[in-house]
Parts: sequence; structure tokens; C-alpha cells
Amino acid sequence: MPKLTIDGKEIEVPAGTNLIEAARRLGIEVPHYCYHPGLSIAGQCRLCMVDIEKTPRPTIACNTQAAEGMVVHTQTDRVKETRRSIMEFHLINHPLDCPVCDQAGECWLQIYYMKHGLYDPRMKDEKVHKPKAVPLGPHVMLDAERCILCSRCVRFCDEITHTGELGIFNRGDHSEIGLFPGTDLENKYSGNVVDICPVGALTDRDFRFQVRVWYLDTTKSICTGCARGCNIDVHVNRRRPHHAEGRRVARLKPRYNEHVNRWWMCDAGRYGYGFVDAPTRLALPLVREAGGTREASWSDAMAAVAEAFGRLPGEQAAIIASPKLANEDLFAIKTLAETKGIRQVGFRVPPREPGDEDHFLIRADKNPNTRGAELIGLDGKVDAILNEATARRVRSLVVFEHDLFEGQWREGDVRSALDAVDSLIYVGTNANATSARAHIVLPAAAWVERDGTFTNFEGRVQRFRPALGHLGEAMPAWEIVGRIIAATGGTTAAARAEHWFRALAGSVPAFAGLTYQSLGDEGAMTGPA
Amino acid sequence: MSAPVVEKFLTRNFAVRDSHALKVYRDTGGYSALAKAQTMEPAAIVDEVKKSNLRGLGGAGFPTGMKWSFIPKDHAGPVYLVINADEGEPGTFKDRYLLERDPHALIEGMIIAARAIKSALGFVYIRGEYVEPWRRFSAAVREAYEAGYLGQGFDIVVHRGAGAYICGEETGLISSLEGKKGWPKVKPPFPAIKGAFGQPTIVNNVETICCVPHIVNRGAAWFAGLGSKTQGGTRMYSVSGRVNKPGVYEESCAITLRQLIEVAGGVSGSGVLKGVVPGGSSAPILAAHEIDVTMDVDGLRNAGTMAGSAGVIVFDETVSIPDALMVVARFYAHESCGQCTPCRESTGWIYKMTHRLVEGKGRKDDLDTILDVAKRGAGTTICAFYDGAVGPYISYIEKFRSEFEARCRS
Repeated sequence: MPKLTIDGKEIEVPAGTNLIEAARRLGIEVPHYCYHPGLSIAGQCRLCMVDIEKTPRPTIACNTQAAEGMVVHTQTDRVKETRRSIMEFHLINHPLDCPVCDQAGECWLQIYYMKHGLYDPRMKDEKVHKPKAVPLGPHVMLDAERCILCSRCVRFCDEITHTGELGIFNRGDHSEIGLFPGTDLENKYSGNVVDICPVGALTDRDFRFQVRVWYLDTTKSICTGCARGCNIDVHVNRRRPHHAEGRRVARLKPRYNEHVNRWWMCDAGRYGYGFVDAPTRLALPLVREAGGTREASWSDAMAAVAEAFGRLPGEQAAIIASPKLANEDLFAIKTLAETKGIRQVGFRVPPREPGDEDHFLIRADKNPNTRGAELIGLDGKVDAILNEATARRVRSLVVFEHDLFEGQWREGDVRSALDAVDSLIYVGTNANATSARAHIVLPAAAWVERDGTFTNFEGRVQRFRPALGHLGEAMPAWEIVGRIIAATGGTTAAARAEHWFRALAGSVPAFAGLTYQSLGDEGAMTGPA
Repeated sequence: MSAPVVEKFLTRNFAVRDSHALKVYRDTGGYSALAKAQTMEPAAIVDEVKKSNLRGLGGAGFPTGMKWSFIPKDHAGPVYLVINADEGEPGTFKDRYLLERDPHALIEGMIIAARAIKSALGFVYIRGEYVEPWRRFSAAVREAYEAGYLGQGFDIVVHRGAGAYICGEETGLISSLEGKKGWPKVKPPFPAIKGAFGQPTIVNNVETICCVPHIVNRGAAWFAGLGSKTQGGTRMYSVSGRVNKPGVYEESCAITLRQLIEVAGGVSGSGVLKGVVPGGSSAPILAAHEIDVTMDVDGLRNAGTMAGSAGVIVFDETVSIPDALMVVARFYAHESCGQCTPCRESTGWIYKMTHRLVEGKGRKDDLDTILDVAKRGAGTTICAFYDGAVGPYISYIEKFRSEFEARCRS
């Protein structure tokens, strides 16, 4: 553990730590473009220069490892002057088209010019012209004139996805990022190059021209795309509702978690939030009557639930929970089942096609909380429940989130099961073929509209937080379940998701000792089941 | 004062018919040093080369024996010897002659050097445009295999470049050799620790290695005595531009620039000297009154320029320095690999400014901008390319400013 001094402050860091990271631990920012902690050292932007005592000239911090007794200065006149020069070099051929650039507001050229540049421009000659608005793949657009050739995107495709689609072509100030012939940037993680691009060269095709970044609000969350549980930030547009055609979620960005996804997330997860603002979202309870389906108030809907479900003995009711639900929801369902004496509870609806999986982040299980449902103990056989329904031994069925027609069972079998029950209650965020057959439809809040926790495939419990208000009259599933409990004669004191989590931790051994506070931003592992 | 008389051992066979052939090489004493070296311990060869004061003749002038001694002693994997035959420095054409006219000298030198650094595989990276040198050298390699000099614990792979100047930079060359874009590598690690294909690698210039058999044969003291106090041996000077007899001249490292111009027949054209670039295009220019300097590494460094590749370009007084600078600036803008921002951006910018100047559209403050940009970028990049470009940018303008100002609009 070498001990060194940076700007007069001493710090001990693990051997092999470079000076950018060592300074970061002291709260000192060494400006840089090409360096990224998840990628190899390129050393080509030349911005991270620092002065090291007994070294004749400024040295790049990214490629210098901390050494015992090293004395580093990040604020000498010489360093500041070097940064100003490097900023000028970065910008002489830059188009300065910030007013029409999507990166504006989160652009490291803007940030560092204001912090470290502030020179008077001297470039009077024609700038170098390069290709603009070049689609590199389904998700990423290139503006080569804005590119500062830091090579982060190239290294990402070489070192992280090992797909190698990108290269730097030509030489000198005609160098440009591009695709190798015959390739497209269509690997499963392509969106990450937009995140790591420090400037406006690589932009997201689905985010371009939608909303200015300074109108966005950020909330910590968890991706629901698969069982990995990548940590994300949800960026929502609340301040300019007329932009982006009214879509409230503007984009998802990966959030660093050393134990789960580090800096990355897959494209399926990143672009998989469309259901949140889709026309199929359920905003009001629906009740089907003789004349058709009508929108209902919650009290009307709950009266209908009590009528259909409340008086039935437990053995004639069944619940199909969902691994898309939060731990809080699932524990509420478990409580409902116990209160009502319902023993037929399952959650697993095997998909028609097995999900894709790789050796990096993507898991075949496309649900965020299968592990949680297993630990909470809801793992009954769903096909058995459907058989019981068809045999009219189950008279009332509550289905959460699933479209049972999307599973691997024959459509006719599912239809006869659903048609056989006296009451089908659907709780979910979006309408689907199953909800279309339901007698009562209760609208659930999407995960970005509420808080809760998921347990990933490794058993890590992670919090997600509300980025938006509930759509219409939708409610979190735990609250809907609480109302069902109340409507059918039970009691529950849980007024917040956290209350359900406390009850869960007090009841299911794997969750013992966990609290929202102890989960923090990185989550925490469940104990032995 | 006339030039010191030295024995011309590097070029001794250049005028001999079929000097590239193995038979001629052997008849004139070739491969005798190899026999001797094979009786020497590797460390003893390194030691002899150290004592000879042989310095790298590709451009940087680094002591060769010292470079060899940087190979880790306990390395378990392969060690590579790479010969830089990517002679691209404008004004330099000496290695071409060695490859064409004495290829076996390089092969013999390589086998000896490989013994010294315990390498079993050598690469010769030949500039793509050097077609005839490549043919001659490849033929010599075949002869050496047939004669059993190669393939007995040491092999040579001949690799052709594709025409990029930056691939003459030793780590750019290694990247290119590895099949990558010819981008110089961030140092540390240095090639002697982690070079080609991640293994310890020594990169030496053609001419440097051609000296090695002579050092082994005739001793370090003899070689050291041929040059200056800090640089042994002779050098092959490529003399071009406004001289009466341009060509390659093997002379002592201790010769003065004035003597060398005399050796090349004196200044042609107007006959009046304006300036000389003494070490390839990257070397700062010397004005006519500055040429009483010795041509060894330290002598030229003390004169504010560099020995570089010993490419001597002579300008008589009819040569326009602004035009010359524009040509040089165009070269560096074209050849910058584009990896480091300061070099990538400012070589192009400075070319645009010099181009504007020679078109008569420049202003005097453009000259200050060029100087400022050049000085700000110097020393900030991965490799020495930009520092090489800065040499002419600054020296041409500072030493001949009035010529530039005369071309300005205001």
C-alpha cells in the first residue's frame, strides 16, 4: 500500500492505483477524457497531466501508478497552462454546435472548457469536416466532427463485448471513428458507448432531439429486464411534458455497482422501458359486467373483489403471482394467501422460448425477482392451478402481471382455464390478452412510479425508488393486495412499501436483518434460506 | 580544415560487384565476427558494445549496449530482436543502401545481437516503399538459411510496412508488426520490458546492427576511437539538397558539418549557403554561420539541434524558408498518427497557418500563434513525433523570421 501526497494531502492507496483514482479518493478531480476505470489505459487525450516532484515535465496521471513517497501537484501553474493548451487542441476542430447537440448540458467539453479552458479562441482557418449523423447501428448515431477520438468506444467494443466493430480510421486530424467494413454496431451492449462517450459524438438514436438533459430528473433504480438486476438511473422528463410526445421516462442509464454490473447494462434492459408510457397502460380499475367492461372507482372495484373473492373458501381460490413484482408485493401476496387460507399460489410461467443469456450480464430469466419469489415461498405449480381451474375446483383466480397466453402452454388450455373460473382478477401495469378476459382489472403502478426491492439471481436485494408519480389511479401492487386483504375481511397496517419489507425481514429467514437503510445504494445479500 | 580520414567499413563493399551476395560477403571477411561471437558469453558481447560507445543510428542516439542490458535477466518467455528498417525520416536514405548492398552485414549483426540478448527470433520491418531493398534482403536471408547461419537457434522474419512514417517510431513499429494500427504505445512499459507481442523486445536500427560485427571483430577500443568522446564509430550521412554531389557518405561522427558539405562537393545552386537541416526533417535548422559543429549526438545537441538520422539537407540562399516550412508542416500533418490530441490537432492547424502564410494571406501574429502552439504541444505526447515536428516549426521561424514577415499581409 504505497503512501503518497497529492496537493499536500497524504493518502495510502492499494498498489497499482493510478493517480487519477488516488486523487479521486481525496476528492481531487484530475480532468480526463480517454481514461475510463473500466477500460485499458490509452493515454491519448493528454488532459490528465499532473506535476510529480522530481519529474522534469507534467506527466499523464492515468498511466502513472501511485508510488511510495510520490509527491503530486494537480494545481501548479504549469499543469493549469498545459490543461488550457490541451483544451484548445481538443476544440480547434470541434464544430461548437452545442445549441443543436444532444450532449449539451452533460458534455465534458463544455464542463472542462469552463473549468480548465477559458482561453480566447485563435483558430481562424477552416475546420476539418467529417461525416455527420451516421447511424452506427440500431441504437447509436455518430457525429464524427464532434468526436475527440478518445477511443473509449473502440476499447469498449474490443475489451468488454469483444465484438470489435469500431476502429479509428485515417490519420492525423482526419482520423475518425467508424465501423469496420461489413459490421454494424449491433452487439447487445451497444448503448454503453453513448454513456462513455464524453462528448456529443455518439448519441442515442431514441433519445436524440427528444428532450434537453437539463429538464431531466434522475432517480436510482434497478433494471427489470432480467434476473441480473443491473443498477440504473431513471431519467424522467417532468418539466417539459409536451416534449418527447409526452413520454415521461426519457432514458435509462447504468449506475455503477461493483458487485452487479459495474458501469454497464445491456441494450435490452436499457431500451426495455417502453411499457411504462405505452398506450396499453392501465390507469383505472375496470369491471366487466353483462353489458361490457366499465371503468370503476377503487371502492367499486374493491366491492366487486369482495363479492367475487371474499366469501370463497381458500381452497377454491388461487393466485398466480409474478417474478416481476417486488419483494414487498410478493410478501403482501403471501400474507393474503395465509389470511385467506389459499394454498394454491405459484408465480412461474415458463416462456415459450428460452431467454438469451451470455457470460457477461444478460440472464436467461427475464424477470427481476424470481429469486425473491422463491425465497418468499410462492413457488407452487401454475399449470396445476390452471388444471384445477379447468376442472372448476378453483372458482376464483388472481393473476398478477402475466399474460398466460405468452407462456409455453397451449392457448386453448389457457383459455378453457380462464373461461372456467367464476372470477378472474387481473392486477398489472399493462393490458394484455389475459387482462382482456378478466372480470376485474386492477391497475398497478410501474416500478419507476413506486419504491420497493428486487432480489437478483445471486440473492442480492436491491432498492428501486420512485422516479414518477403513479399513472392515473394505478397503485403499487403491495397496496392493491393490502386493499384486497382489507376488502375480504383481513387487516393490514402496512401503509408503505417499507412496512411490508420490515414484515418480510421479520418473517422470512433469508431476509432477516435487512432494512432499507442497510441495503443502501449497492444492495445487500440475502442470508441462507 | 579538411575532414578527418577514417576507415569506411560500413560502406567498404558498396562499390564491389554483387556485394549483396553471400559469396562476396564471405570473401571480404563476412561472418568471421559471428564465429568469434559464438565463443563469447552473451554478457561479454553486451559489454563490448557498451565499451564501443555505439549509439543508436536511427535517430534517438541511445547507447546500444545499455539498451540491450535492459532486457530482464530472469524472463522465462521469448525475447525478440526487431530491426527498424522503416527508414522514413525525410532526407534519410542510408539504410536503403545497406539493405541493397550489404544485407549480410545486417544478418550477421542480428545473429550476434540475438546471442547477446538471448533472442531466438528477429523481425526486420522494412519500409513498404523499399521494394528493391526488401528483395535483396529477403534473398540474403534465404542464402543465410541455406548456408546454415540462420535456422540454428535464430530465425528472421521479414515484414513489410505499408508506408506510414509513424511506423518508424519503435513502439508504433511494434504495434504495426503485431498487426495493429501503427500507433505508438504508452510508456511505461518500455519495449525492453514488454514489447512486441507482450515480450521483451529490442528495437535497433539497420545501421546500428551493421556496426556490431565490426565491433566484435576489431574490438571496442578500435570502434570508440573512430568517433567522438561519447560516440564511437562512423556514420552514414545522407546528404541531399543544394550540394554538388548528393549521396551517402560514411564519415566520422566527429566530422564537422562544414567539412561534410565539402565532402559532398560544396553548396550548389547559388553557391551561398542559407541553412542546413543536419539530422533529418525533424532536426531544427542551423543557419549558415552555425555549421562549425561536430556531427556526433552531443555536438549537435549542444548546438540546439540533433543528429537524428544523419539526413543532411542543405539549403542555398535561393531556397524559401517559408515554402520549406510549409512542405515540412504538410508532411507532419499528413503523417501524424492521430492518437494524441495535441499532435493530431496542431499539426493540421500549423499546416493551415503556414499554407496561408505562403499564399500571402497570413498576418504577423500568425507567426506568434504557430510558435506558441508548437511550444505548448511540445513534450505533451506519447511519442517523439510531435517534438520532431516542433523542431522545424520553431527553428525555421525564429531563425528566418524576416523571410516569413515579408510574406505576410500586414
